[in-house]
Amino acid sequence: MTKRIVVDPMTRIEGHLRIDCEVDDGKVTKAWSSGQMWRGIELILQGRDPRDAWVFTQRICGVCTTVHAIASVRAVENALDLEVPLNAQYIRNMIVAAHGIHDHIVHFYHLSALDWVDIVSALSADPAKASQIAQSLSDWHMNSPQHFKQVQDRLANFVNTGQLGVFASGYWGHPAMKLPPEINLIATAHYFQALDYQRTANKIVSILGSKTPHIQNLAVGGVANVINLDSQSTLTLERLAFIKNVIDELHDFVHKVYMVDVAAVGAMYADWTQYGAGVMNYLSVPDFPLDTKGTQFDMPGGYIKGGDISTYQPISSYNDSFFEDNVKEGVKHAWYQGGKGALHPYDGETIPQYTDFEDDGKYSWVKAPTFMDERAQVGPLANVLCAVAAGHEPTKRHLTTLLDTAGAVAGAEIPVAALHSTIGRHAARCVRTAVLHDILANQYNLLIENIGKGDYSTFNRPEFPKGEVKGVGFHEAPRGVLSHWTVIRDGKIANYQAVVPSTWNAGPRDDNDAMGPYEASLMDNPIADPEKPLEVIRTVHSFDPCLACAIHMVDTEQKEIVKVHGVGSQCGVSF
Amino acid sequence: MRSAEHMGADLSWTTDTPKPILVLGLGNILIQDEGIGVRVVERLVEHYQIPADVDVLDGGTAGLALYDDIVGRKHLVVVDAIDNRCEPGTLITLRGDEVPSFFRNKVSPHQMALSDILAALEIMGEKPAEVVVIGIQPKDLGTGLEMSDLIGNQIDILVQQVVDELRRLGYPTVTLAH
Repeated sequence: MTKRIVVDPMTRIEGHLRIDCEVDDGKVTKAWSSGQMWRGIELILQGRDPRDAWVFTQRICGVCTTVHAIASVRAVENALDLEVPLNAQYIRNMIVAAHGIHDHIVHFYHLSALDWVDIVSALSADPAKASQIAQSLSDWHMNSPQHFKQVQDRLANFVNTGQLGVFASGYWGHPAMKLPPEINLIATAHYFQALDYQRTANKIVSILGSKTPHIQNLAVGGVANVINLDSQSTLTLERLAFIKNVIDELHDFVHKVYMVDVAAVGAMYADWTQYGAGVMNYLSVPDFPLDTKGTQFDMPGGYIKGGDISTYQPISSYNDSFFEDNVKEGVKHAWYQGGKGALHPYDGETIPQYTDFEDDGKYSWVKAPTFMDERAQVGPLANVLCAVAAGHEPTKRHLTTLLDTAGAVAGAEIPVAALHSTIGRHAARCVRTAVLHDILANQYNLLIENIGKGDYSTFNRPEFPKGEVKGVGFHEAPRGVLSHWTVIRDGKIANYQAVVPSTWNAGPRDDNDAMGPYEASLMDNPIADPEKPLEVIRTVHSFDPCLACAIHMVDTEQKEIVKVHGVGSQCGVSF
Repeated sequence: MRSAEHMGADLSWTTDTPKPILVLGLGNILIQDEGIGVRVVERLVEHYQIPADVDVLDGGTAGLALYDDIVGRKHLVVVDAIDNRCEPGTLITLRGDEVPSFFRNKVSPHQMALSDILAALEIMGEKPAEVVVIGIQPKDLGTGLEMSDLIGNQIDILVQQVVDELRRLGYPTVTLAH
């Protein structure tokens, strides 16, 4: 018997994503991914000064503020063919790497671990045994029996207050939860430690960006950081030394905790390497520019077709037409006026046309992007596979370490092909975090070296020509390929489109009715209990969904999506 | 005029002991009245001298990135648009037991990560002693930087509520001469 399940809202953070599945014989047979709010942030930018665009775009999303700022200045610089001083590249690169490390740690521990880890089961663990297991995998200093006992006691106190619902979607005790109590306790302890380390990573963004959550130091043409090693209010030796300490502190958490936890949890859920592959065309862009023009990068990017690494085609520079020419967005199944076929972002239109949720018609506020007229998956998995294809040594090294650790726990060799899966996306994100840490350390060294040569330059002044110029700025963001596209006429923004990672992954069927990555990845997922579709949540969460930027925050229907009974109601209205 | 750029605690790297009070404005300024919390803290630093023990932060719609700003505080004063199914423009203040339900239920678009932060801090024994949410029922939530007149005209009233709250906590502000 076919049963329809609807999960709404899907994200534990901002943005409304609705997933519909048809389940037959305990398996998903059809799936729809729907963004439930209208976007149109780009409309605010029309007519504005291109130098200010990044200030607005970083407000698109509260989680990914930095990435929209970076992509925006790159788009305008690309349109003007403006070079960026080396120091500015290095400072931006450090912000981007630190932000990525912060974001990936938060995703694994705070936004998705509880899909796999049963926090209530941790209460029945033996802390001594947990410590023994943890120490057999890693020499991390906080894997002591005393520490695990302390976490267990605090957790027990909290559970007794009846507030646990805050933490999990309520799936503890679910038949798909497979970890022994001791592993659940280890992961829970690391959940709390991770809160401190994500904070540590974010300090680098705060110092270099002057402020978080919205950095203030960017400018079209460079950064506003003044390098003066002696002055108190600028980038001084003291601040640089502090950053170096933070980089060192992060190293051990990434390698001794995050890498080990993902390998162990992944090995114990090895069956999940069989589900969740979905769209196996992978797109990533190169990032961490090493020169002023954006022709050499610390991290490669490109396109892989059909999951076959030998098909890899690199994207080689900011001006590479291979990327610029091959992106389109379709709206056949999205709530926008269409009829013109899939459009290139420079020609993109955002004119709403709402219908109801129509299974075979329009059902989402997210557009459907394509690369070379096909769907593509973006994100850390695409990033890691493309880097491996490009022969990127740090990526290959960290991937081998992770697969070896997982293989040792599972007692079987785990091939790279296992990455094409739900659990594989978590593994790839973790490998990428280790790579980002290497890059962070490298960019720090490059900055110090360049300052040592007496180069204090951080900014090239932009000049806007009469007439029309166009540019694309791309960035390999934590959730994957982000691109901002701008048309500038007489120094003012004439058109602006952001094609964000969650648009690539969460988009509905395209103009050829081909499913998007979320939808395709759900096919054949097992469903143990349709009333509690934990398996659907696992697969969608593995993409790190964040729709705040793919769509808009307003629920145009003003319908109540989550029924709540608020104690805080002061108007006597129950809602 | 001082602006949002000067609000961040950009010297936080020098010390691990934050100031005891955080006034946190939340909201998305691209969505009309949704940005009220941010507009209130902007006006606050523009018109008042903030006591040395108080940080004022434009938190936008950030989630766990705010953990660093919240950990170790004695008092947290949040300013935000609150959908309480009231008449637009209704002022709403939540205290004590009312606050967890505000953060837990889907009343504000940014509360889910904040609820996680507060719950985690509670488990670790580092939750602020007092959390107050000062807000208003929004009217217009379309795309745009302009707020509705109804809500925009009440920014000063909300600023005054924050000032009153700071005084109650023992941190009086001084009005800047204009």
